[in-house]
Formats: sequence, structure tokens, C-alpha cells
Amino acid sequence: MRRVAITGAGTVNALAQDVPGTLAAFRDGRCGIGPLDFRDVDRLAIRIGAQVRDWDAEAHFNRQELALFDRFTQFTLLAAREAIARSGLDFSGDAGDRAGVVLGTAAGGVNTWDENYRTVYEDGKNRVHPFVVPKLMNNAAASHVSMEFGLRGPGFTVATACASSNHAMGQAFHMIRAGMCDVVIAGGSEAMLCFGGIKAWEGLRVMSRDACRPFSANRNGMVQGEGAGVFVFEAYDHARARGADILAEIRGFAMTSDAADIVMPSRQGAARAMRGALADARLPVESVGYINAHGTGTAANDKTECAAVAEVFGHHADALMISSTKSMHGHLIGGTGAVELLACIMALRDGVIAPTIGYQEADPECALDVVPNEAREARVEVALSNAFAFGGFNAVLALSRV
Amino acid sequence: MTQDVRDRVIAIIAEQAVLEPADVGPESTLEELGIDSLGVVEAVFAIEEAFDISVPFNANNPETGEFDISSVGAIVAAVERLIAEQRDRG
Repeated sequence: MRRVAITGAGTVNALAQDVPGTLAAFRDGRCGIGPLDFRDVDRLAIRIGAQVRDWDAEAHFNRQELALFDRFTQFTLLAAREAIARSGLDFSGDAGDRAGVVLGTAAGGVNTWDENYRTVYEDGKNRVHPFVVPKLMNNAAASHVSMEFGLRGPGFTVATACASSNHAMGQAFHMIRAGMCDVVIAGGSEAMLCFGGIKAWEGLRVMSRDACRPFSANRNGMVQGEGAGVFVFEAYDHARARGADILAEIRGFAMTSDAADIVMPSRQGAARAMRGALADARLPVESVGYINAHGTGTAANDKTECAAVAEVFGHHADALMISSTKSMHGHLIGGTGAVELLACIMALRDGVIAPTIGYQEADPECALDVVPNEAREARVEVALSNAFAFGGFNAVLALSRV
Repeated sequence: MTQDVRDRVIAIIAEQAVLEPADVGPESTLEELGIDSLGVVEAVFAIEEAFDISVPFNANNPETGEFDISSVGAIVAAVERLIAEQRDRG
């Protein structure tokens, strides 16, 4: 089986509209959460989020493109441009036939649904823009990436709620490992910070009105974010042969299903996924220095995830670091695992562990080293990235330093 | 009014628990009635719709929140208080 390298990374999120800015924010423990700014926000009970500010779509896309690109596609394309430029790859000639794209999103073009429902229901109009369907469809972002870069191999979109990007990146890893592709653009995006998107989430009553404080005893819920994370996954030998700078190696991946509850997480399902990723990577539990937690800041997730880590790692659970960067960039739902993979790469490559900010009170049910409030320097050989979705679908990636 | 509020809250909880209203007493807890966390969230929504009130309930800290759901009687009392408060405000 072939080894898989990451040779490019790109992102747009509330912290920054590129990777260097995002990593700098991780190091500084900066918070991207603030008051939401969109139409009818005054009719919401939840009015905070990690929104991408100063988004200048016209600076990146022309008028025809904007008619076709929902916000989640726009974020994806900008992140993909950064990742592919960083990789130095060129997909002209036959290279495009050996390259694919697999991206995650939970809900696709939510803003497009929202705006056009308004048009027909609230404004009473009987006509919508002709491109509503190609704009809102979940695979729009992946399709536009394939078109912009000439990726003519496999392409599709994965939707597993909050685990979408991890499932997408796991697929990309498998496709390269199996020899199906030499390069796969992988990651995910989400853009549901609009009236309808937040109104739907309010109903579940799991959102915080003031802050995202993962693992802190006084945590009171999740805070939504938006944006994209996109990576270039490349066959290791292919990357080495062209002298590419390898950011990290993907070593293993596992997915499990709780088969239990549509919203409540399961310790066993999470534990099986972490254990499975390490078994797939043929790495011992003691090799793991850092876990980027799912860490949503809800009561249910954080205690379940910590119990799962304690179960899988035993005594080593007290030696490793685990942090939730959702405290900074919010929960990007289907795009979250992709942005969070940046924290794993930073730990492995730069030896800097992104903190869990907003941490105020120790919780005996989350008694792990959660890297509270301040980034820390540490040498890490292996990192895990956890994602545990509504619907009970779990996806964990294992990465190592190169 | 009070009788009416109590009966309607009990009817909502009974429906969620798939029980007859007569089997839901003021001392019953939601746990005893077999209502899980998702059931609580749905019952709170039904209460908001029935009485046109806003219920301050966060599923992350159901025990420590402002809305007391420790028993059916406590829920009835909390709903009565919210109706009074939100009537005064409106």
C-alpha cells in the first residue's frame, strides 16, 4: 500500500482567510467568535458565531461566477487555491486524470436555500434565479474545484454532519493508498450562518449564548462557525520524487457508527474510532502526543470524548495533550475537521500546540491536559484528529511528523 | 387558569411519555416517565407553542438552568411563572 503525504493546505475561517494567519491565531489563542451580522439576527435567541468578516467575494470571483457560487463554494475555492499553490502541483496533461477531489459539507448551499425561500415565501415572488439548483447542491464546491484545476479523476461530496470533512479526508487517504489516484484535493466547508441556519440549530437548545468553552466545567454549549479547510493529499513517493515540501504524513484512518442515538454521542463509538485509526496506522497508543478533540463545548460531547480518550489511552491519557480549537474558530459543522487538521499539522511540523481557549473551571469529568488558554511548545510525533457526528458517525485520522 | 395550565402541561408531557395524562402526577420526574434528552427538548418546544412563551432552557445544563424540570409539578410552576412574567412584559 502506498504512503500518503499532505503537500498543501488552505483555509478561510473566522480567524483568517489563509493558513499563516490561522496558525498565528492558534498560537496567540485568539477568538474568532463575536456578534453575528446578517438579516433578521434580532429574531434569533442565539446571536454569536465565528463569522468570516470582511469577506470580499467580488475580489476573488467575477459576476458570472458569483451567480453560481454559494458562500460555501466561495470559501472552498479560495482555500483550494491556497492549498494547490502551496503544493506546487500542476494538473495539466495526464496529471489531471490521476487527480480527484473529495470534500465534506453537512448542508451545502444553506444561504442559497434561505435567500430563495424568502423570495418565494416571504416576498411572495413566483420566480427565482435560474441557477438556484446548481448553486445550492452539496457537490457544487467539489465540482467547481474539479473544474478550476482540471481534476478529471474521482470527485464527490461526503455528508456526515460534523464528521463530513474527516470522512472526506479519510476517503482521499484510502483512494491514494489504494492506487486509485496520485493526488486528491480533500477537506470540507460549511456556511450556514444565516437566519434559517441558526434558527434551525436554536431548536436543539445546545448552542451557547455567550462563548464556546470546551472542557470547562461552566461550558454551556457550542458556537457555530463557517469557512473551509482544503488540503492536497498526495502519494508519498510522488511528492518525494518531485521534491515537494511535505507538511505531514497521513498514517491511518478509521470510521465507526454508534448505531445508538441520533444526537447523543457514545463513548464506545468514539473509542473504537480512535483505536481503529491507530491500528490502521500500526502505531502504539503511547506514540500519540496530541489529539485535536471534537470538543464542541456541549455537556454531552466533552465528557463522552474525555471518557473515550481515557479508555483508549489508559495511563498515557495523562501524558498526552488534547485541545479543542472550536473555542477559537467555532464549530464549522461539515468543514470543522478540515480546519482542525491545521492544528494537527502545526503540532507536528512547528511543535506548537494550539490551546483550548475560554477555559475557566476544571471539570472532573474532563480531567485531561486540555492545553488551557495558552499555546504550548512541544515535540509531537503522532497526532489524532477526532470528529464525532450527529447520527452517530465517527471518523478519526492519525498523522505523523515527517 | 392554573388548572388549565397544569392540565395542558401534563397533556404535553404525557404525550411525550406515551402515557395517559392520569398516569402523570406532579411528583413524577421526566426520567421516571422515560423521557430522554431529545424528548425534553421536544416537550419544551410544545410548551412554548401552546402558551406562546419563550422558555429559557439549555440542554447542556438542564439541572442548573433557570427552567426547573426536576418534576412535573416544578415544570407547571415554572410555566405559570413564565406566562405571568411574559404577559406583564408584553
